[in-house]
Amino acid sequence: MELLGLAFALQVLRISVPYVLAALGGTLSERSGVINLALEGMLLGGAFAATVGSYLGGAAAGALAGALGGLLIAAIYGWVVLRFGADQIVSGVAINLLALGATRYLLKLIFNSASSSPSVPGFDSAGWAGLFMGLTALVVVAIHGWLMQTPGGLRLRAVGDQPAAAFSLGVDVLATRWRAVLASGALAGLGGAWLALDNHGFVDRMSGGRGYIAIAAMIFGRWQPLLATAACLLFGLADALQLNLQTSTSVVPREWVQILPYALTMVALVGIAGRSRPPAALGTPFRDH
Amino acid sequence: MSTRAATSIAIALLIAMAVASVLILAYGQSPAHVYAVMLGHTWGDVYGLGQVLFKSTPLIFTGLAVALAFQAGLFNIGAEGQLMVGAFFMALVGAHCTGLPAPIAVSLCLIAGALAGALLGALPGWLRARFGSHEVINTIMLNFIAQALVLWAGRRFFFVEQTVHTPPIADSARLPSLGLAGSAASVGFVVALIAVVAVHGLVQRTRLGFELRALGQNAAAAAAGGIAIDRAIVIAMALSGALAGLVGAGTVLGYKGYYEEGIASGSGFMGIAVALLARNRPLWMVPAALLFGTLAHGGLAVNALVPKEIVEVIQAIVILAIAASSSDLQRLAAQGRR
Amino acid sequence: MELVLPALSISGVSKRYGDQLANDDVSLDVASGTVHAVVGENGAGKSTLLQIIYGTVRADTGRMQVLARPVDLTQHHPTAAIACGLGMVHQHFMLVPTLRVVENVVLGREPRQRGRLDLATAARDIAALGERFGLRIDPWRRIEQLTVGEQQRVELVKVLWRGADTLLLDEPTAVLAPTEVDDLFGVLRTLVAAGKCVLLVSHKLDEVNAIADAITVMRHGRVVARMAAGASAAEIASAMVGADVAAQVIAAPTAGRPGTAPRSGVAVLAVRDLVVPRSDGNRGVDHVSFELRPGEVLGVAGVQGNGQSELALALTGLLPVTAGQVRLADVDVTTATPADRRGRGLGHIPEDRLLRGLVLGFDLGENALLGRQHEFTRHGLLARERIAEYAARLIAQSDVRPPDPTLRGSSLSGGNQQKLVVGRELSRPGLRVLICAEPTRGVDVAAAAAIHQRIRAAVDSGVAALIISSDLAELRRLCDRVAVMYRGRFADVLDVAQASDRTLGALMTGVAA
Repeated sequence: MELLGLAFALQVLRISVPYVLAALGGTLSERSGVINLALEGMLLGGAFAATVGSYLGGAAAGALAGALGGLLIAAIYGWVVLRFGADQIVSGVAINLLALGATRYLLKLIFNSASSSPSVPGFDSAGWAGLFMGLTALVVVAIHGWLMQTPGGLRLRAVGDQPAAAFSLGVDVLATRWRAVLASGALAGLGGAWLALDNHGFVDRMSGGRGYIAIAAMIFGRWQPLLATAACLLFGLADALQLNLQTSTSVVPREWVQILPYALTMVALVGIAGRSRPPAALGTPFRDH
Repeated sequence: MSTRAATSIAIALLIAMAVASVLILAYGQSPAHVYAVMLGHTWGDVYGLGQVLFKSTPLIFTGLAVALAFQAGLFNIGAEGQLMVGAFFMALVGAHCTGLPAPIAVSLCLIAGALAGALLGALPGWLRARFGSHEVINTIMLNFIAQALVLWAGRRFFFVEQTVHTPPIADSARLPSLGLAGSAASVGFVVALIAVVAVHGLVQRTRLGFELRALGQNAAAAAAGGIAIDRAIVIAMALSGALAGLVGAGTVLGYKGYYEEGIASGSGFMGIAVALLARNRPLWMVPAALLFGTLAHGGLAVNALVPKEIVEVIQAIVILAIAASSSDLQRLAAQGRR
Repeated sequence: MELVLPALSISGVSKRYGDQLANDDVSLDVASGTVHAVVGENGAGKSTLLQIIYGTVRADTGRMQVLARPVDLTQHHPTAAIACGLGMVHQHFMLVPTLRVVENVVLGREPRQRGRLDLATAARDIAALGERFGLRIDPWRRIEQLTVGEQQRVELVKVLWRGADTLLLDEPTAVLAPTEVDDLFGVLRTLVAAGKCVLLVSHKLDEVNAIADAITVMRHGRVVARMAAGASAAEIASAMVGADVAAQVIAAPTAGRPGTAPRSGVAVLAVRDLVVPRSDGNRGVDHVSFELRPGEVLGVAGVQGNGQSELALALTGLLPVTAGQVRLADVDVTTATPADRRGRGLGHIPEDRLLRGLVLGFDLGENALLGRQHEFTRHGLLARERIAEYAARLIAQSDVRPPDPTLRGSSLSGGNQQKLVVGRELSRPGLRVLICAEPTRGVDVAAAAAIHQRIRAAVDSGVAALIISSDLAELRRLCDRVAVMYRGRFADVLDVAQASDRTLGALMTGVAA
């Protein structure tokens, strides 16, 4: 294992893609004031949808299907928390459980398998994967620009900090939040599509906690798109490390290596504590009379 | 319970049933038939009933764990990991209890399980109190970590060769079966009932319970009132973890006699559904757990007809439906005041 | 005679919240080029009315005409209000603290250039408006860096930038020092001279008289009187409060205090060189020192945001102190926990009862217990019978209505909630020092009088009190001496006899004493 080699760096970038897409989605949603723990479910659902899409129509169809799958899950989540004002943390966890159960059920229904789908078209050459990665980078920059320099971005930021102020000036708070949540679903769904296409198929529980880690990256990145992306690269590094260490070293037990990303997440959250302020209205449903 | 709350629960269950019916139909089966088979295999015979009680026991513990944390305004999503370490240590202690009289052996095991769960719960509690690091992410991370490390410890030190389970516990540490047609139901269920009464008493009658509830509803007012917030957070999470750690009473002490990888898997998350269904009230935990226990065993019984994963979907739908309706309630009530 | 359309005319406005009628068939007209004041005590329904006119709250019934345009108030919305030329400055500012002035001003109506925000143009417009109406403000500063008075100017600029012709102001002087009030009224006169009209809500009668051309008095949601400028404060007051209540309140002794000489003896609260940081890194409390002897009352006046909140929280142990010392009955409690300080005789009436005083979801009995649960605990268990007895007694003594211990805290009015909190704190055994912040904020006149009496009774029996308040009359009524807090320091400490509005006002705004 060459830590400093180009191959390793590329591997880190590859691994980071789903983290980055999910974290960007989470940032949009949370900057608008909606907690988004459902990213894990959107990743998983997106991965499954992409698998089905790719099975039917090839990799490109798979990517699109992944985004739509994430969008659908985001719609359910949005409906529960925005229409009914349900507790966002509980609902987020429930959505993740729903995605887990639903993908397992559909695995049996569609593919007649208890744990994984058959092989589907994915990234056959480095070219397609590279294109996807390049698009991801573009999305990062685009979202940062949109959030900080456009009227839409200003309204979203206002809605997440002081929705009453935005409402008093005629901004539609609920519609803004809906758009943010749906966008987060599409982005996380794309992240899931990457997972499925990279793996050429769906495996039960394949999101593996990445959605939660993406949230930690977002918090570590102070809810800013560029910093959150940087944090994701850090977690991607940890993930790449543990994958490589598992096969190469026999001194450190496999299980101890596996926990590296999760432990790092906990440490990162402690490290940033007190210095990262969430949007002021995060988690509070907004009611206009 | 107010009629509003009861109606919202009824609606939640109806929605869940509707979704389940759709999933059953998609698999080419008749919902009515599936429900009938489910009922028949659960409440329809003694063995089924026993299995329902067996499956409900962990859910009572995890439901209590989640509910107690909720009362203090904390989200314990880590019951899954806490029950694992609890059951693991319960089995290890139990294996060393040969020669001890039964009451002492059982007590030691229960204490070991509760202590292990308490420590795993206290950690995210401490991180929250000391650093403000939110316990949702930390408890979820610890689920992954606990699972990996328990597996490692087992494989490295404790599991029986070529297996994923620990050596059998001493006979004196075993909890007797309830004798329901050879089902797995045991006195563990009774231990769970005792826990329900104990938690109810704690929350309603003690000073600690009062302080935890104040913390959960208005931390700033609790602090201004002199309640030590940091200490209360850690205690709440520790107690919550301890309750989850007692799951082994039913699975290890009452049934298998050892810890096995995958035991009571999913109970930690199902506990969230149970706690919500019971509106975080300890006494309502029993019927709520029985409902989900019925679904869990019933799902196995109909696995030949439809995937048992339908039960997982149902559980998530119930959580969503109740979360949606209980907030609506608050809103309606709020309209009655400024 | 020419018939001039009123700029704003509302009729038949009603709004019910549960079993409370916040507005009951309210009608009024505002002529253009005038300032119209709606007065009434806390809870009279004035804020609700304004919010209905602006559309942030929908009426149950009611119509409005803005010049000739009819508006259905049951379907109203801020966007429609803005389109009609209405602009509102809310009591709690509608500003996003993390954004800059210019961003707050343009929000919802952003000038664009090729898809991006064009803030430079807006900044120039803001400067021009500032010049024209006397509302100078730096467009590039963040709201959280501004003083309260500056934030209000932003709110006014925001409204004018959208071309508002009718301004709705909800308790605009509540957060201002006396000189800032004069500045505000100057701005209002300029606006009115330019043909705009102002509808202003307030419960401060002397100020209203200084600025209003017409006055509408509301009580319990209804319009009870309409007066022209020049009505006497006494007339307005008695219409506001109702003759019977007014008589009660006036009968209770309010002016002066017997024995205002500080009592001798050991200081029961000694604060030396206290430094408390604020959340944004600035000094919240910057080297404050004072002493209180038993039975002494020290008031703290000041514009909101000059360190008063931090002072109260630091003294009660809810905020850490970076330097200095606090001694309670000659024991150093600088790092002691809140529970510890309470045990040594410190009581606290918090500035925000909903935030720190009560748990809304608890019933009155449990709220009565808050902070005192250890008095009723034996072996970890709560003594239910004793608690029920105590709660019933407390509710009766504090005149909380309705006197039902099973009611939730959220179902009480502001005045009754505050009476409960005050009663709970003042009946603590061993109370020596009371830290009291805004004791009658948002409280109706009768309840406020009752609270003042309870505080005085406690003080007469030897309790020392620190009273932080933005109500200068309240401070004069209760205190021996008044300190003025400015930028975290005590600018001066005056005897109450010297504490006129003018003197206090000058100190509150930093004019050297």
